[in-house]
Amino acid sequence: MIGKPTLPRRILTTDLPALGIVLIAIGPFAWMLMTSVTPQERLAAIGVTVAPFDWSLENYVRLISRTSFLGNMGHSLIVAGGTTILGLFVSVTAAYAFSRFRFPGRKLLMLQFLLVNMFPVVLLILPLFVMMRRLGLLDTHAALIIANATVAIPFSVWMLTSYINAIPKSLDEAAMTDGCSRLQALWRVILPLATPGIISTGIYIFITAWNEYLYALTLGGRNVRTVTVAVQTLIGEYQIEWGLLSAGGVVGALPATLLFLIAQRRLIGGLTQGAVKG
Amino acid sequence: MSLSAAWSDRATPARSWHNRLLPYSLLTPAVLVTVVIVFLPMIEAVVTSLYEFVLFKPNAARFVGLNNYIKLVQDPVFWITLGHTAIWIGLTVPLQMGLGLVAALILNKEFPWRGLARALVIIPWALPSVVIALMWRWIYDANTGVLNEILLRLAIIQSAVPWLASPDKALYAVIATLTWQGFPFFAVMILAGLQGIPRSRYEAASIDGASAWRQFRHVTLPGIAGVLATAGLLRIIWVANSIDVIFVMTGGGPGYATQTLPLYAFVKARQNLDFGYGTTIAVMFTLLLGIVVALYMARTSREVER
Repeated sequence: MIGKPTLPRRILTTDLPALGIVLIAIGPFAWMLMTSVTPQERLAAIGVTVAPFDWSLENYVRLISRTSFLGNMGHSLIVAGGTTILGLFVSVTAAYAFSRFRFPGRKLLMLQFLLVNMFPVVLLILPLFVMMRRLGLLDTHAALIIANATVAIPFSVWMLTSYINAIPKSLDEAAMTDGCSRLQALWRVILPLATPGIISTGIYIFITAWNEYLYALTLGGRNVRTVTVAVQTLIGEYQIEWGLLSAGGVVGALPATLLFLIAQRRLIGGLTQGAVKG
Repeated sequence: MSLSAAWSDRATPARSWHNRLLPYSLLTPAVLVTVVIVFLPMIEAVVTSLYEFVLFKPNAARFVGLNNYIKLVQDPVFWITLGHTAIWIGLTVPLQMGLGLVAALILNKEFPWRGLARALVIIPWALPSVVIALMWRWIYDANTGVLNEILLRLAIIQSAVPWLASPDKALYAVIATLTWQGFPFFAVMILAGLQGIPRSRYEAASIDGASAWRQFRHVTLPGIAGVLATAGLLRIIWVANSIDVIFVMTGGGPGYATQTLPLYAFVKARQNLDFGYGTTIAVMFTLLLGIVVALYMARTSREVER
């Protein structure tokens, strides 16, 4: 532990194992990426090309021109965006209440939100299907947004509570002695300060909703088909053309993965906080 | 603090009454929405489990009391899937934790491209489950999959193995995939825990002449025990619930080889449209999982008190 190891030693004990872990983590995805840039005939005849000069975007062109994949991306965007807005909108005031007030029932209500997040999807998906059918909401964006909100709302209540906890209470009090009401203090002082936290919570909700599959499969349909469901249908319609399927997988995974990488520092800070303290 | 006390002293009774109700009105939207979209459906699920209810069947619902539950305990598939669920959780979570621990220990060392390595390791976490499932189906493919190709070249196997089509290997193949999907979560959590251990403890241990193993055993492990327990419980719940990857990879087959309890519930309702029985399985699963959830909640409620 004391003193710096020599370079060859560091490479052997640190860089190589790190490279191994990174390869395990990205290897399968890299393989799919290479599959997606291998032309269909070549894939059938020889297999995946590792050499960059043989790569082509043929599969991506077919994906865009022959399937409705762009439209599916649009549906995913509406569902994920809608879930994010609904989730944040409903949770902000709740998180403020949990953070700033001590009132009878606080602990129970907080645990209630935690408990909701643990309910198995299977338990909710069947009654939600029956409910949506009764309301005539099957195969609409609203159905998917509502279903995703079952996860998004409790999650963002907890995340936002911990972000608002980090903002000193003296700021609300200062605002209120200056003549603000509680709600004005929340709106003018706390919300601006909590914006980074709200954005990272929103990004996480967006990613989760974008990647969601079971609700989209069960409650969606012909009109509203999100990317995750569309990727799977590429199998049926084209008898497992792995090149096309891989292209769909890469495009479908891209938005969420990029967002995750961009926001990862802040996201992970928020996500690990609870676990490390506990 | 004294300022706010003075402020509330000056408040009129009407005002303080208003203040006391304020937190509840702030909570109303969130609570109301959760009640409507989570608790009502959940109650409906419990009620549905008491009915014989097959979708699209004329005069569909018939009250049968606890018959579905009696049928469930006598259903051999229930016990098979329950066993699979135990293997599924019992292998996946420790494997994820083990691989995550190794990754975290490596990524906690100092090397020039550490930031990049940490970012790349997270990728499996960010990918959609469907994409992960399809990707691994391609890797496991019996004829053209890359796994068979590598193993054949290394002469570890003599002939191509149909990983997802053989009843005795499919479950383990899916477990390997889920391990891959979930280890970054542990790596990130454990990494955060490792960074919380004061450097001085390692220095003290190394002055006392403790070997690397003893440092790990007596400084590192106690330092991250809390994180391991919390993340482990969270992950048991998550892994138990996670059916999308299996559903896309094998659909529960071949036969019932990769069917877990929640997947059985989903497939029953989706393919046989048997919502009554499907919901019964889901309720039973929730009750069993409730034990783990209770443990986790007990851990977290200490946090809420503060």
